[in-house]
Amino acid sequence: MNVMSKDVDSALTEKISVRDLKFFYGSSLALKSISMPLYERQVTSFIGPSGCGKSTLLRVLNRMYDLYPNQRAEGEVMFDGENILNPRQDLNLLRSRIGMVFQKPTPFPMSIYENIAFGVRLYERLPKSDIDARVESALEKAALWKEVKDKLHSSGLSLSGGQQQRLCIARTVAIRPEVILFDEPCSALDPISTARIEELIDELKNEFTIAIVTHNMQQAARVSQKTAFMYLGELVEFGDTKKLFTNPTDTRTQDYITGRFG
Amino acid sequence: MALDRGRYQRRRIRSRITVWLCWAAAGVGLAILGIILATLLYKGFAGLGINVFTEMTPPPGSDGGLLNAIVGSLIMTVIGVLIGTPIGILAGTYMAEYGRYSKITSFVRFINDILLSAPSIVTGLFVYELLVRPMGHFSAIAGSAALAALVIPTVVRTTENMLLLVPNTLREASSALGLPQSLVIRKVAYKAARAGMITGVLLAIARISGETAPLLFTSLNNQFWSTNLNAPIASLPVVIFQYALSPYEDWQRLAWTGALLITVAVLTMSILARWLGSSRSPQ
Repeated sequence: MNVMSKDVDSALTEKISVRDLKFFYGSSLALKSISMPLYERQVTSFIGPSGCGKSTLLRVLNRMYDLYPNQRAEGEVMFDGENILNPRQDLNLLRSRIGMVFQKPTPFPMSIYENIAFGVRLYERLPKSDIDARVESALEKAALWKEVKDKLHSSGLSLSGGQQQRLCIARTVAIRPEVILFDEPCSALDPISTARIEELIDELKNEFTIAIVTHNMQQAARVSQKTAFMYLGELVEFGDTKKLFTNPTDTRTQDYITGRFG
Repeated sequence: MALDRGRYQRRRIRSRITVWLCWAAAGVGLAILGIILATLLYKGFAGLGINVFTEMTPPPGSDGGLLNAIVGSLIMTVIGVLIGTPIGILAGTYMAEYGRYSKITSFVRFINDILLSAPSIVTGLFVYELLVRPMGHFSAIAGSAALAALVIPTVVRTTENMLLLVPNTLREASSALGLPQSLVIRKVAYKAARAGMITGVLLAIARISGETAPLLFTSLNNQFWSTNLNAPIASLPVVIFQYALSPYEDWQRLAWTGALLITVAVLTMSILARWLGSSRSPQ
């Protein structure tokens, strides 16, 4: 059974509640009965050794797994009172409300401006001036505006890796989702770019609910308020980041954060 | 341990012989190609003049050109590509995007591979049965249909391959913005695969512009100027076939010139395709 810390989180609202979630790749069970909340306007990090299911869990939250055959989820993921695992769930609407930033920067083969405007136009019919404003504010939020304001119409591929990742964050922010999922967003970046992205995540939590998968425990400790430690498809421990890193309940958590395995 | 010099020397000699054999084989291949091209250039240029582009194919013994054949080839190639390309791109898109994991896709891919390597004369016979016999006569439209049938498998193959090269991370990233699959394909996958897909179409054009066999059964030939799609029409490959085998010297000269025109056109197309292919962006 999962060991949940018993803090009173009455001040926080659950934006997403995962209940008894099982996930299958073909017939192999990758997530074993996960139950946990994602609190509104908090950063929740998922840590654990490779293959523990943390990315799998993240990809359930926007149903990214639906792009591939033979992958399925059982259980409940409640998001604003609706189970997103419901087969009738409209995936495009869901993904416009729950955005995702990936491990590798993935700018689209178009201009910096278009990379952002493109997603906005999909859901809102806005005059050009409003779109311009939206692009600017998204780039501001992603701390990229100053660097690109003079070359908005050059290709998104011309940016450096760290800039590309911030462009992807800007693109996600621009369509005003409620939740943003980060899947190891810094693993392809240098330390300086990493620090910038971490600052950014810290600011974004004032507006968005954030979940981040990371291999880097210091990063989890730095950016998140809640941490989930997963191991072999199980949620071993979930609780306040501070408590989990200083005084974990489970010995496996203890072993992992002290570097004894993983 | 002492080095076995003899062993090393024997290996060096074997290596040298192999390299020489490779050079020789490459040389023979290139020489044959060179001779063909040189003959073509020599004989083709001899008959090349303005009249080739301004006059119709002549009866034996009189002056003439290849205008009706050039125009006929252009008409049929353009129609063939216009019909074949959309079908090929749509089928390739289905295979790489919507039906990537379905059984139909592997079945279609298998059939497509057969079509790709099937002799084009079979395609000609097929169109003959399907269009020429019911219509009761040879026609440009039947020729275009046969060429379209040759364009489709090439375009299907390149479209599918190029779309499969588009990294899945790009598809995931665009889906994550809430893009419906149709837009993921149109706005992102096509953009990333565009150069390769255009290359495929160019290669298909290059392939059909030299085809003779399917046209013999479908568009036949026409001594006179005609742009009527419902009537037989002249084309460069068929004119070359007919004139090259004739006993008349002036006809043979025109055949060489026609062959030169096709070769130059195909060469241009291939170079264009290569250039597009290599200037493709890495993403």
